[in-house]
Amino acid sequence: MSWHSISLRPVPFSPGSYVLRIGRWSLRFDARLIGHTLLLLAMALTVGILSLKSGARPFTFAEITEAIFIDAPRRLHLPIIEWRMPRVVLALLAGSSLGMAGAIFQSVSRNSLASPDILGFSTGAATGALFVILLGTGGYYERAGAALLGGGMTAAVTYMLAWKGGIQGVRLVLVGIGISSMLTSLNAWLILKTDLRLAIQAAVWQVGSLNTVNWRQVQHLGSALSFIVPCTFLLGRAMRQLEIGEDLARSQGLRSEYVRASLLASGIALTAATTAIVGPIAFVALSAPQLALRFLRLPGLRLAPSAAMGALLLVSGDWFAQHLFAPRLIPVGIVTICIGGAYLVWLLAGEKRRKQS
Amino acid sequence: MAFSNSTTDTFVTSRLLAEDITLAYDGRVVASNLSVAIPDRSFSAIIGPNASGKSTLLRALSRLLRPESGSVYLDGKRIWELRARDVAKILGLLPQSAIAPDAITVFDLVSRGRYPHQGLFRQWSEDDEAAVFSALDATKTTGLAGRCMDELSGGQRQRVWLAMVLAQETSLLLLDEPTTYLDIAYQIELLELLAELNAGGRTVVAVLHDLNHACRFASHVIAMKGGAIVAEGKPAEIITEELVEDVFGLPSIIIPDPVAGTPMIVPKQKKVPATGEVACQAQPSRASRPDLTAASRLNGLSSSRIPRKPHQG
Repeated sequence: MSWHSISLRPVPFSPGSYVLRIGRWSLRFDARLIGHTLLLLAMALTVGILSLKSGARPFTFAEITEAIFIDAPRRLHLPIIEWRMPRVVLALLAGSSLGMAGAIFQSVSRNSLASPDILGFSTGAATGALFVILLGTGGYYERAGAALLGGGMTAAVTYMLAWKGGIQGVRLVLVGIGISSMLTSLNAWLILKTDLRLAIQAAVWQVGSLNTVNWRQVQHLGSALSFIVPCTFLLGRAMRQLEIGEDLARSQGLRSEYVRASLLASGIALTAATTAIVGPIAFVALSAPQLALRFLRLPGLRLAPSAAMGALLLVSGDWFAQHLFAPRLIPVGIVTICIGGAYLVWLLAGEKRRKQS
Repeated sequence: MAFSNSTTDTFVTSRLLAEDITLAYDGRVVASNLSVAIPDRSFSAIIGPNASGKSTLLRALSRLLRPESGSVYLDGKRIWELRARDVAKILGLLPQSAIAPDAITVFDLVSRGRYPHQGLFRQWSEDDEAAVFSALDATKTTGLAGRCMDELSGGQRQRVWLAMVLAQETSLLLLDEPTTYLDIAYQIELLELLAELNAGGRTVVAVLHDLNHACRFASHVIAMKGGAIVAEGKPAEIITEELVEDVFGLPSIIIPDPVAGTPMIVPKQKKVPATGEVACQAQPSRASRPDLTAASRLNGLSSSRIPRKPHQG
């Protein structure tokens, strides 16, 4: 291999797409996609900084910079770094994780309604985590493990029930909604059956909330994601190839069963890792990939912009959750349900219009 | 692996063949104990009425459907023992129900055909680029390269799909009803393109609905009925009035095609049923398509054209 031949060329007819060739190696990247993703992330970070600034005691930019970069006095360090920042960082992490999970499920099922929250995987993960919470024992990893188990089992049951010589989008969604409702009532029952203190804690967690957050939780989610996310990105190329259809992708050498199983596994892992900490936050996974798709006019669902859009959605949602009825805090899950509900109506109305035309 | 062809005395070799395969969907047997060899460098057409197992056979030949028993061989090896990626470098398939992702450009879609040649550190080589351009060129779609798939006509779209499979650079090309949903001019254009590719050295296998097209363009015809192969060979040798009657249940007369000299099937007037509905005049809806009568199926000109599946999204 000759290391001398290094070239960077645009890919023909693909604006923004470049190929870097080193010898016989070649890496292709989409500068436009990267740019858009960075833009979304920058917007998310901006909202995050606004979140740090505002609150019962507003801070100036100077104070925030001081708290972050300089050894600030305790009166700045405690509220900004210890109280507000973990919440913002967790919102960014959880949002990206959910956005990514949504992109995976929607891409694999070729259905814009399929996402862990609609299909009941989040609720299933919540059921698993609830068991651990209500036993009053176990830390994050027990909770995450149980959530993984719950989400995985829900996925298996949903697929089994929806299977009819293959998976059809609508059938999958309907079965998912059914299972999700059943699990929701199971979760409610579980909460009713335990003592008040644990029940209150569980009930708040169950709507999806960032109101009680500390750095430990950020650390837990961060370390889980630092493993799952790179694995998921490795599957990105195969995921894009699946877009052209099962038969074609297989005839081009893609091991579709294996790819699909791996993708679903990482989707469930992302959902479980997130749900175990912030609870089943609804609609971020559903709407983030589609919003990214529509606003960036992509040819298909992409992991990175979906993740960035998820981060933006959740961090904005959390800002509203904190300030809409301030000083009363509402769980961010309530906000995302409201945003998501509106989005869902818009999506369904769009589908209907398209069918009629 | 060599196979002697019963209809001709010459010795014909086959890189792709099926030996005693039984095919089933969800336990329902569609075809049993089927053996077929695709002559190298032939333009083979698989014909037969609906539900005769044509597409199923094509799926088995292309490693999409695993036979319940028996084996498909590619270059003398059992196709299921080869890696999917290695098969994809030899054999390309265009399924019938290809749906393009929303907003994908022609160039992007054709590039997807390079998948078996790519890898994590080989994402877009110079070979990839050259193959895509030559596929666009062969299908005369270079001018469309920057356009979005959903802006194209049905005929253009089908040529782009074909370009995608060509970019795969396989010596065998399998197509499932490539002309369905195209109007007559596009059908002929596409078949001529396939004939051209075949003349260039590729082995082409296509499931075709139109018998007259099969007779005119194919060098080898495989006629199927009820999951079994009832005849195979050169169209001029096997397409007879008896065969058409037997396979399609349609009385016809066969005359030489005034243009190509190949057999041309002219359906005889069927007895008008009591309801007064003549097959050729019926305007079948999509849902009733499997009930298309033999007469309209045979006559490419009069069978109603059904628009291509609407674009997803």
